[in-house]
Amino acid sequence: MLITEMKAKETLVSLTDGKKVFIINCEGCKEVHFPGKEAKEFQKELSEAGSVTGIITTDYICNPDNMKLRLSKHMAEIEAADAVLVFSCGVGVQTISAYLEDKPVYAACDTYPLPGFQGVTPLEYECDQCGECWLNLTGGICPITACSKSLVNGQCGGAKNGMCEVDNTMECGWERIHRRLAQIGRLDALKSPVRVRNFATDDEVSK
Amino acid sequence: MKITELFERGEFVVSAEVGPPKGCHVEQLLEEAKTYLSGVHAVNVTDNQSSVMRLGSLAMCKALKDEGLNPIFQLACRDRNRIALESDLLSAAMFGIDNVLCLTGDHTKLGDHPQAKPVFDLDSVSLLHTVAKLEEGEDLGGNKLVGEPPKFAKGAVVSPCSDSVDAQLAKMERKVAAGAEYFQTQAVFEPEKFIKFMEKAKQFGKPVQVGIIIPKSAGMVRFMNNNVAGIHVPDEMIEELKKDPEKTKAGVTGVEIAARIIKECKPYCQGVHIMALGWESKVPALLEAAGI
Ligand code: SF4
Ligand code: SF4
Repeated sequence: MLITEMKAKETLVSLTDGKKVFIINCEGCKEVHFPGKEAKEFQKELSEAGSVTGIITTDYICNPDNMKLRLSKHMAEIEAADAVLVFSCGVGVQTISAYLEDKPVYAACDTYPLPGFQGVTPLEYECDQCGECWLNLTGGICPITACSKSLVNGQCGGAKNGMCEVDNTMECGWERIHRRLAQIGRLDALKSPVRVRNFATDDEVSK
Repeated sequence: MKITELFERGEFVVSAEVGPPKGCHVEQLLEEAKTYLSGVHAVNVTDNQSSVMRLGSLAMCKALKDEGLNPIFQLACRDRNRIALESDLLSAAMFGIDNVLCLTGDHTKLGDHPQAKPVFDLDSVSLLHTVAKLEEGEDLGGNKLVGEPPKFAKGAVVSPCSDSVDAQLAKMERKVAAGAEYFQTQAVFEPEKFIKFMEKAKQFGKPVQVGIIIPKSAGMVRFMNNNVAGIHVPDEMIEELKKDPEKTKAGVTGVEIAARIIKECKPYCQGVHIMALGWESKVPALLEAAGI
């Protein structure tokens, strides 16, 4: 099971400030706790400020076919937005980010594990429920699962021909992150302050 | 002595690298280091390089220092968490070892204990940041250190001939922002690529030592081409190594090639870092041939 918790409001404001956003809420999956109330409040504020091109609430966006179907009716609204803000677990954000290649797709939540049985096993993207979702700094590609060393500060010296030093059949995660950041014009995300991981994912120590 | 002081004085800084033995006897290594490396400014000691378990970098640094050499303590994030890394930094400071080189480290799967747990609690960037914090008298947990804080010359690495050179430059920039004061590079066999890299890297304003490996044989460089990231030895060089097997075996060809690379790169960088890989005995001849 997992818990998604809304990121600090300042973080979300800094991502969306002055931008038009399209909002996606994923509430389908029973295994996930969704921060419904805070999310609604924040979205209401954004709507009132006139910065929202559309909002949808759906389920199982981690399933690419389902996600495409759900988004298909809203492509014009997505087109009109500068960024897409996703309220879901890390898998959902990655699925959308990979689909909307040219659009910055931001995670509005952090994903934490909750002891107990695993939920639906996601098909194409992995989330380790690291508790401090990095996707907004990495172009929607999860550095924890796409990099063999789970590096958050950039590529190690081991990539050869764009492949990971650990497995030459796997593309280096940071190679992908770079390409994507360049594609969405967000290479500046690499200039953000030093990132130190926090392995204390229980609420008390991590906040 | 901090090697940053040498850069500040405008010296062309020469360092060489030694790998501790897989065992607890260091007499031979110390003897070789004294004989062949007394002419270099500093000696790097690798930290379980390539994820192969060996005697510790810190202990070897101390032994070299006792013999009058100037060690650079290589510190990788693969085998220790932040507590152990910080603790080893304080231990180094206690021994008067004041040069560190911060690395992420190869993955455990590449070494001789592939079953081991890879740590990577920190990485090269957050480790540099941690060293800088310790220097301010505080650890990464935000707790005060007792007494005068340590002070290190903080080094880092970069791979200038990597096929992902933009990603490498971005990482280099992050390392500088985190506190890196000098850089040593992955081995260079293509000076043109290095020079192009330096054109972009010079904006960071930090001294760079070009990395040099003395090529031992055509087989060795072919192996590197296939397996080592950021290294590509051009075909002409492989031919050169093949031409006169005796000369190559004696190390003469390798020294000629390495000296040529140093000469070509020297105007664009601030020093050279030699990874002799067991050929420490060739270092004096190489420096002479390169005119250093
Ligand atoms: S960074 Fe990766 S592991 Fe962490 S919450 Fe986001 S998707 Fe999950
Ligand atoms: S090669 Fe790329 S994916 Fe592999 S460990 Fe290094 S940065 Fe991560």
